[in-house]
Amino acid sequence: MRHPQLNRHGELTHLLTTEGLSRALLMRLLDRIETLMPQATQSLDPSICLQGKKVSLHFLVNLCEDDRLTQQRFVRAAEQMSAEVQKGDVWRDCDILVTRHASSGAPFELAQHLPSHVHLINAGDGCHADPTQALFNAYVIRQIKKDFSNLTIVIVGDVLHSREARSTIHALTTLGVPEVRVVGPHTLMPEGLAQFGVRAFTKLSDGLSKADVLIVLPPPQAAVVGTHIPSLREFELAYAISKEKLSCAQTDCLVLTPHAVSHMMVDRESTHLAVNMAVMSLLAGASS
Amino acid sequence: MKLLIKNGRIIDPASGVDVVGALCVAEGRIVAVGPIPPEFKAERILDATDKWVLPGLVDLSAQLSAPGFSSQEHLETEMRAALAGGVTTVVHAPEAQAVVDTPACVRAFNACFDWVRPINIYPLGAMTLGLAGQGLTEMAAMVEAGCIAFSQADRPVLDTRMMLRAMQYAKTVDVALWLRPQEPWLSQGGVAASGAYASRLGLPALAVEAETIALQTLLTLQRMTGVRLHLCRLSSATALAMVRAAKKEGLPITCDVAVNHLHLTDVDIGFYDSNFRLDPPLRGQRDRDAIRQGLLDGTIDAVCSSHLPITLELKQRAFEEATPGAIGLELLLSLVLKWAQDTRTPLVEALKLVTAGPSQVLSKCVSAPLPGVLCVGAQADICVVDPEAYWMVNRENLVSRGINTPFFGRELSGRVQVTVLRGEVAWELRL
Repeated sequence: MRHPQLNRHGELTHLLTTEGLSRALLMRLLDRIETLMPQATQSLDPSICLQGKKVSLHFLVNLCEDDRLTQQRFVRAAEQMSAEVQKGDVWRDCDILVTRHASSGAPFELAQHLPSHVHLINAGDGCHADPTQALFNAYVIRQIKKDFSNLTIVIVGDVLHSREARSTIHALTTLGVPEVRVVGPHTLMPEGLAQFGVRAFTKLSDGLSKADVLIVLPPPQAAVVGTHIPSLREFELAYAISKEKLSCAQTDCLVLTPHAVSHMMVDRESTHLAVNMAVMSLLAGASS
Repeated sequence: MKLLIKNGRIIDPASGVDVVGALCVAEGRIVAVGPIPPEFKAERILDATDKWVLPGLVDLSAQLSAPGFSSQEHLETEMRAALAGGVTTVVHAPEAQAVVDTPACVRAFNACFDWVRPINIYPLGAMTLGLAGQGLTEMAAMVEAGCIAFSQADRPVLDTRMMLRAMQYAKTVDVALWLRPQEPWLSQGGVAASGAYASRLGLPALAVEAETIALQTLLTLQRMTGVRLHLCRLSSATALAMVRAAKKEGLPITCDVAVNHLHLTDVDIGFYDSNFRLDPPLRGQRDRDAIRQGLLDGTIDAVCSSHLPITLELKQRAFEEATPGAIGLELLLSLVLKWAQDTRTPLVEALKLVTAGPSQVLSKCVSAPLPGVLCVGAQADICVVDPEAYWMVNRENLVSRGINTPFFGRELSGRVQVTVLRGEVAWELRL
C-alpha cells in the first residue's frame, strides 16, 4: 500500500510523518535545511521562493503557547518565502495547508479529500507525529555531531503521549543511529518499543550512560498527573536533568530541551524557520 | 405458495445432508428434500443448477437501526440487506438509542418489525434498566412478551454485585444471558488493540485484559449461579483458551465471534482507515489464528456479522473519533466462504457456523422449531447461492444504507441469488 504522503512516483507530496520516509529523502530534507539556514535570517535567494503560492494554517486544537509559537513559525517561514498566508476556511484554494489536530491520524483522513494541488504539512496530530520537530532534532544533531552512525541518543519524558518522540525515533533509526533509548516511568511508555528499535529504561542513570545526545521532552501534561504519575514533583525528582545527572553521559553530550539547545552554535528560531522553509519549498516544488 | 427448487446442491449442516436434488416447499414449510414427491405440483420452479441450496443464515448479532439510520424506511432497507445476504434470522441486541427494557418496549419492538414484514427477529432484552447496570429488568414478563435472552449490549456493568444478581435472577427465570466480556475501566478510551501497532499510530490502546479479566469474572459468577451464558464477539486468544477450558469443565456456555475478526488484524488498519475501527478492536495475528483454530475445534459455536450501519458523517473522521462498527449482513456468507477457502476447511463445517451452529445456540433460548435447518417440516427459510459468482463490495452492490466495511472495494465470491422466507421468495438478485 502506497504511503499517502508519497505520490505514485515516490515523491513527497505531503509531510505527514517521518515514519516510512527513506533515508535518502530524510537526508535530502536535512541538506535543504542546511542550504536555507542563511536564508532564514537574510533576504531570500529568488530561486527559492514561493511567490504566488498560498499557505493556509488550520490548527484544530485548543491553542496553547506551543501551538501559537508553531503557528508563528510557519507564518514567518511562508512570509520569508514570499508566499501569501491565508486566513479563514479557504484550504481548498491554497497550495500548502499546515494543520495541527488533537486526534492521531486526522491528517491522513484529510489528505484523502484534498485536491491534488494542495500539499499538507502535519504540524502535529494527537500522540502520533510531529515531523517538522523531528527534522529540527535530526538537523541539530547532524550539525553538532556530524555522523549519525556512532551515536547513542536518549529521549526522556512522557514518551507515551509524545508525537515528537515517535517522529524523532523513526527519523533517527532511519538515519542510522545505532542506539536510541527512551527513559521514563512504565506508565508513560508505549508498548512495543522493541519493534521501534528502541531500548527502554525506567532509571535515568541507566538510560543516560555514555549518551551522546539527550532529548528532553516537554513536562507531562496536567491530564496525566494523578493517573499516570503521582505528581510533577516526583516525576522531576526521577527524571529532571541536572549537571550531576548528566555526569554519566558523554562529556560533550548535546542536550535538546523544549526551550534550548546546549550548544551555543545553534539558533533555535532560525533553525525552526529553515526547517519549515525547507519542507514548504520541497513540497511546493521550488528549486534550490 | 408451492415452490420447487430443483437441481441444486442441497447442503444442510445440521443433518449432514449434502445431495444434488430438489427441495419442495408448501405452506411455508419444507415438505420434501431430495426426490420430488409425485403429487407435488409446484406453482413456481427455481432452477438451482450449479448452485447451492442452503438454510437461511442465522446471525446472532446484528443491529438493524443505528444513529442516522433509525427510520422505518431504514429498517426496511436493512431487512432487505439481510435477505440479500441470505440471512433469514437475526438476533437483535438492545440498542443504546432505544433500549428494550420493559415488557411494553418488547411489544412495541415486535410491533415495529411486524409492520415492515421482517425476517425472523429474536430480540434480546436489556439486562438492566436503561442498560445502566443498576436495576434489574422484569425478565419474566419480558420473556412472556417475546425476549429470548438478556444482554447489556456493549455497556459494561460496573457493579459486580449487580452482575451476580442478574445472573441469579436469570437463573431463577430460566433465561440465558448474552454478554460481551468488557472490564469497565480497562475498556475506557481505547480505540485500537494494545501493542506495537497502536503505539506506532499513537492511538489510545485497549489492553486485551479488558476482555480476559471480565471473562474471568463472568465465568466465576457463572459457576456460582449456574446461569446459561452466551459470550458475544470474543476477540482474543487468551479468552478463547479460557472458554475452551470452561467448556471442558462442563459449564453451560456458548460463544461467537464477529466475521471480520476471522480475516483481519490490527495492522490492516493501515493508515488510519476508519472502516477498520471496530468494537472489539482488531487484534494481532496470534489472536486471529486462535479464532480460526477455535472455529475448527468447536470452541466457537457461531460466527456473526455484528452488522451496524454507520453514516459517512460518523465514519469519515479521525480514527479515534469515528464510530466503531461495520455492516456485515451482506458479507457474512462470502467472508465465511473466504475463510473456508483460505484455510481449506470443509464446506459443511464452515456453513455450520452460520446455520446449525447459531441455531444450536438459539435452541437453548427458544423452543422448536429452530431456524437454520433444511429438513422436512422445518420452516422454509432457504437461500440459493452461486458459489462461483464474484461480486465487488461497493455502493452499487450493497443494499444496506451503510457502506462502512473493511472490505469495501474488495471482490468476494459466493453470492446469494434467491432468499426464501417462510416459504415465499423474499429476495431475488437482479443484475
